[in-house]
Amino acid sequence: MTPAIEISEVHKRFGSLHALRGVDLTVEQGEFFALLGPNGAGKTTLINILAGLSRATQGSSRVMGHDVVADYRDARRTLGVVPQELVYDAFFTVREMLRFQSGYFGLRKNDAWIDELLHNLGLTDKADIYTRLLSGGMKRRVLVAQALVHKPPVIVLDEPTAGVDVELRQNLWEFIRRLNRAGHTIVLTTHYLEEAETLCSRIAMLKQGQVIALDTTHNLLSAHAATQVRLKLNPNRLPEVLRSLLVAEETGCFRLVLKDYSGLEGVLASLREANVAVDELEVSKPDLEDVFLQIMGRADKEVAR
Amino acid sequence: MTGLWTLFYKELLRFWKVGLQTILSPLVTTLLYLLIFSHVLEAHVQVYPGVGYTAFLIPGLVMMAMLQNAFANSSSSLIQSKMSGNIVFLLLPPLAYWEFFAAYVAAAIVRGLVVGFGVGLAGWWFTPVALAHPLWMVAFALAGCAMLAAAGIITALWAGGYDQMAAVQNFIIMPLTFLSGVFYSIHSLPPFWQALSRYNPFFYLIDGFRYGFFGVSDVSPALGLAIVGACCLALSLATLALLKSGYKLRN
Ligand SMILES: Nc1ncnc2c1ncn2[C@@H]1O[C@H](COP(=O)(O)OP(=O)(O)O)[C@@H](O)[C@H]1O
Ligand SMILES: [Mg+2]
Repeated sequence: MTPAIEISEVHKRFGSLHALRGVDLTVEQGEFFALLGPNGAGKTTLINILAGLSRATQGSSRVMGHDVVADYRDARRTLGVVPQELVYDAFFTVREMLRFQSGYFGLRKNDAWIDELLHNLGLTDKADIYTRLLSGGMKRRVLVAQALVHKPPVIVLDEPTAGVDVELRQNLWEFIRRLNRAGHTIVLTTHYLEEAETLCSRIAMLKQGQVIALDTTHNLLSAHAATQVRLKLNPNRLPEVLRSLLVAEETGCFRLVLKDYSGLEGVLASLREANVAVDELEVSKPDLEDVFLQIMGRADKEVAR
Repeated sequence: MTGLWTLFYKELLRFWKVGLQTILSPLVTTLLYLLIFSHVLEAHVQVYPGVGYTAFLIPGLVMMAMLQNAFANSSSSLIQSKMSGNIVFLLLPPLAYWEFFAAYVAAAIVRGLVVGFGVGLAGWWFTPVALAHPLWMVAFALAGCAMLAAAGIITALWAGGYDQMAAVQNFIIMPLTFLSGVFYSIHSLPPFWQALSRYNPFFYLIDGFRYGFFGVSDVSPALGLAIVGACCLALSLATLALLKSGYKLRN
């Protein structure tokens, strides 16, 4: 099957700034994929290149097999992009914008789908309101609707939940999930790592224009973030044998890393042997935030070397 | 073609929705010129034999209004989209660069013609003017609007902001329109300025347009149309090349 997105050896330079340094990335059809990275990592630049808003200095990209430069018309027809910037056209209402957008994609009578989009995004009662009068969250949803007017098989959302309240975020993701189940490929960037963790099956992490991690969410979690246990001890001293597991020492607490939950037994046994009692104990599950920080930190050290 | 039509329609709707500012306001300004200049000069100036000054002035003002409004339409629409960022709505869909060009130019022509027609109608009510060669008149009107529409696109593509945009409008477009013979025949100018006027493409537009009304002109209308057509073609090709390259739109 043709990959939904194929990015090969893409470089982007803005003058002396090397914003993308040879990015290779393939997203298969039907995936729910996250592109993560700190601000300035190059996520938006990469999306802009896919969307034809910007041209790669070097390398090539395809959407559903269509080269984004040579075969731009088909590439754009198969792609829906929700831009990061909260843009709108002050002259027009929500429905007018959606009709125009349909027309630009060559669709003449699209009102049934437009109504469905408005309904699913909770915009039905805002259809005839000027976009400039909408709140930030609503403007964001209009952008989502605009990206979907042509039912693109590949949907890219660049920080779609920035500035959107919790309830709307849930609704939005519920809708996007349904699109994914219906076969649409979804690529998103977000700063809410728990969103990426629960939604996405695969994750790429970008830093300073390079992919520094690319794996399934499951593998990333199990390979990088071990289970941890936080202990409050009495007396407040850690037996020498457990020193190797120590990751952090907070006020009156020790944070130890465990391979898995069964590692806890060994820790408790060692404490008993050393005659140290446990006042408090808290086991934390690894989450994507830990993995992210760990990978970003490791990349920092590698850069420093 | 649906994409082209939609963009054309959107551009029409854009200026229509703010018609007070895009149609009525230039109409009133132009009519004020007519009122003042005709009042002051009617008794003193006769440019062509048998043609009163007010009648002479009307076609000039109509053309000036058309040129300024065609330019204003394409340039302000594009610069607003660029500055507000909503230009992405046009860059993400599979619109071809020539569709983009055609829609912006066509909408600018419509606005130019609407304002020009309004000025003409009001002027005609003021002083009825003849229409000796309507086809020449239409040809020059279309060429003028198209030329300025293309110039407007180029300016908005190039401009980094509203101030640069206004600079082009105030330091290039306005002087060229005012110094093209709207208010006078270039034959009344000293030789140096007369010669210089012949390098101003707007001069041929106004002169040829006037020929459509009175059947009299400084330059033969065929030569005028050839010159104007060449300018229009050159500007259009330049605009198309810029749009195709993605100049300042797709960095
Ligand atoms: N048009 C541009 N001109 C110059 N530098 C740019 C431009 N767009 C982005 N950059 C730079 O490229 C880098 C990557 O930016 P971006 O892709 O927006 O990052 P992200 O979306 O991951 O936060 C940043 O250093 C940014 O300042
Ligand atoms: Mg970004």
